[in-house]
Amino acid sequence: MPEANYVAPELIIEAGRTEKNYWKDLWRYRELFYILSWRDIKVRYKQTTLGAAWSIIRPFLTMLIFTIVFGRVAGLHPQGTDHYAIVVFAGMLPWLFFANALGEASTSLVNNTNLITKIYFPRMIIPASSVIVSLVDFGISFFLMILIMAWYHFMPPWQIVFLPLFTVMAFLASFGISLYITALNVKYRDFRYVIPFIVQFGLYVSPVGFSSNVVPEKWRLLYSLNPMVGVIDGFRWCIIGHQNIYWPGFILSNMVTVLFCFIGVIYFRKTEKTFADNI
Amino acid sequence: MASPVIKIEQLSKKFMISHEAPERYKSLRDVIANKGRQLFKPDREKKKSTEEEFYALRDVSFEVNAGDRVGIIGRNGAGKSTLLKVLSRITEPTHGRITIRGRVASLLEVGTGFHPELTGRENVFLNGAILGMARSEIRRKFDEIVAFAEVEKFLDTPVKRYSSGMYVRLAFAVAAHLEPEILVVDEVLAVGDAQFQKKCLGKMEDVSKNEGRTILFVSHNMGVIAQLCRSAVVMQKGQVSFAGTVSQAVERYIQQNNNDALEYVASESSAKKNIFIRNASVVNRKGESVENILVEENVYIKLRVGINQYNPAAKISITLQNMVGDFLSTFVEDVGDYYKDNRQTEFEVIIKLAAGIIAPNSYALRFAIFIPHGAVHDLVEMACPFRIVDSGSKMALFEGANYGSFILDHEIIN
Repeated sequence: MPEANYVAPELIIEAGRTEKNYWKDLWRYRELFYILSWRDIKVRYKQTTLGAAWSIIRPFLTMLIFTIVFGRVAGLHPQGTDHYAIVVFAGMLPWLFFANALGEASTSLVNNTNLITKIYFPRMIIPASSVIVSLVDFGISFFLMILIMAWYHFMPPWQIVFLPLFTVMAFLASFGISLYITALNVKYRDFRYVIPFIVQFGLYVSPVGFSSNVVPEKWRLLYSLNPMVGVIDGFRWCIIGHQNIYWPGFILSNMVTVLFCFIGVIYFRKTEKTFADNI
Repeated sequence: MASPVIKIEQLSKKFMISHEAPERYKSLRDVIANKGRQLFKPDREKKKSTEEEFYALRDVSFEVNAGDRVGIIGRNGAGKSTLLKVLSRITEPTHGRITIRGRVASLLEVGTGFHPELTGRENVFLNGAILGMARSEIRRKFDEIVAFAEVEKFLDTPVKRYSSGMYVRLAFAVAAHLEPEILVVDEVLAVGDAQFQKKCLGKMEDVSKNEGRTILFVSHNMGVIAQLCRSAVVMQKGQVSFAGTVSQAVERYIQQNNNDALEYVASESSAKKNIFIRNASVVNRKGESVENILVEENVYIKLRVGINQYNPAAKISITLQNMVGDFLSTFVEDVGDYYKDNRQTEFEVIIKLAAGIIAPNSYALRFAIFIPHGAVHDLVEMACPFRIVDSGSKMALFEGANYGSFILDHEIIN
């Protein structure tokens, strides 16, 4: 609204110009970001009959199966002191968040073609808002975690205060990789078929159903190249407490996360300009 | 008086057209397959993948002053939509620059981002935010928007249950209440019922006149342009061919179309469609292409339809248009009636129109090939311009004046 002393903003459009104003624009369009996230959340829980119950049932059943298969049948339960269900759930929380985010975000741009070809806004808002939806799912699952801990009369250690930090790490890992994949998906439309594979594969190479302590010492550093290793180990450390952290691997893994995030942002920014022409 | 609010300088937008892959996106599978093929037959593959430059806009320059209402006219593919997309920052220009002073809102489509699962109320907020309104602004205008759309009773119903009329009205209403300093509008008014269209045009005119807003408006409909805009820019093949007052521009546009050959010939890209108009012309009794036809003579339309992929449901409609693009009369034929043999790739029909009914004036034809309630395969508008010439009736005195489009048979009975 033009106020009395309103000075009209000047906008210059030329090749390469959006580059310079990008982060400023991202801030200016924050309202659109809120409302698109709100839309995605609303639609997600409206379309399913079970609604939010899905984000409880899915991790719960997975946890149950993992506890039985890995804990009882395969005998991977390492110490025997902790409640295995909690160990598994602590790993599954960030993992499911990551897997959901990847699934949702990868198709987000293509699903919002109508917006991209008709309206200008920093395109990063779209994959970001679908990661936010997964974050809400994560919140609901976290609530289930608290219930499980109460059931076992389990008191989390003092490290729990660091949990928000690792949630941010999980967010960064999901967001970085999602950005990369969603941009690729605009260019190569069959890329989405690769995602279920990545997710399935990732489940087995990430320490979800077992503790990363079962990985032999000499492979530990290599194993930590997986960004989810650092995140999941961090979650376990916060929730279970006395599981000791393998520091070199942990630091490496978190560095890989940050690196992925950078690469994702850079690749996304590079291809973003042509989304409207290519989509 | 004022300095220009929009200043466009030497704007160009280049696209690369790849002749190898007509799809707009690639699949990873194809890329891998091609790379693999290249390994074995490196030479042949290189020759085949030619890319061609195509300028959708070339050296476009013009200025728009504060409070102006400017129409942009031009045929399909003249670069109007690309210009709007660049102006709205959806795609970047290749060269040149645009300087805009003021808040811009662009309306390239009504109901962008409407989600069928959300209620009317929720969609108003969503769509408003997408168009660039702040939440406080939407809240303030909410009642006004709802009243304008006349959907008060259905506010809490998901829009997927709305009738298409209600849906369009709600979408329009949000757009009509945008209050930017500069409004960029694509042909969005082409949908919705006539009464509501009028209401929207009225609202836009109000906004522009009373509040001094600048409007950039693209349309095929010369009537709407003439009504809403004061000046206009004519675009042709990505360039500005004329800029001036509306009446001059419309005249120029019609002239341009006339010079563009009387006969319509499908472009290379049109010829890739499933079913398309290959050739169309207005001819006389002898089959010669003509521009002027006497009022007592029959008008013949010669039409060649090309078929790449036959669909038995396809229909073809032929519409008589006046020079501002209004529809005067339409008739529809089944493509299947002329498609006898499934190896046929085209057929020709000649249609004879009754003599003495179309009044002396200038006309054009619109052809559409479509599936009823489904896809439109090909659409050609304002093609084959022709003139019906008076041969000495009572009305010959008024030759050149626009006194209507058809001759009503009448008699004095008292």
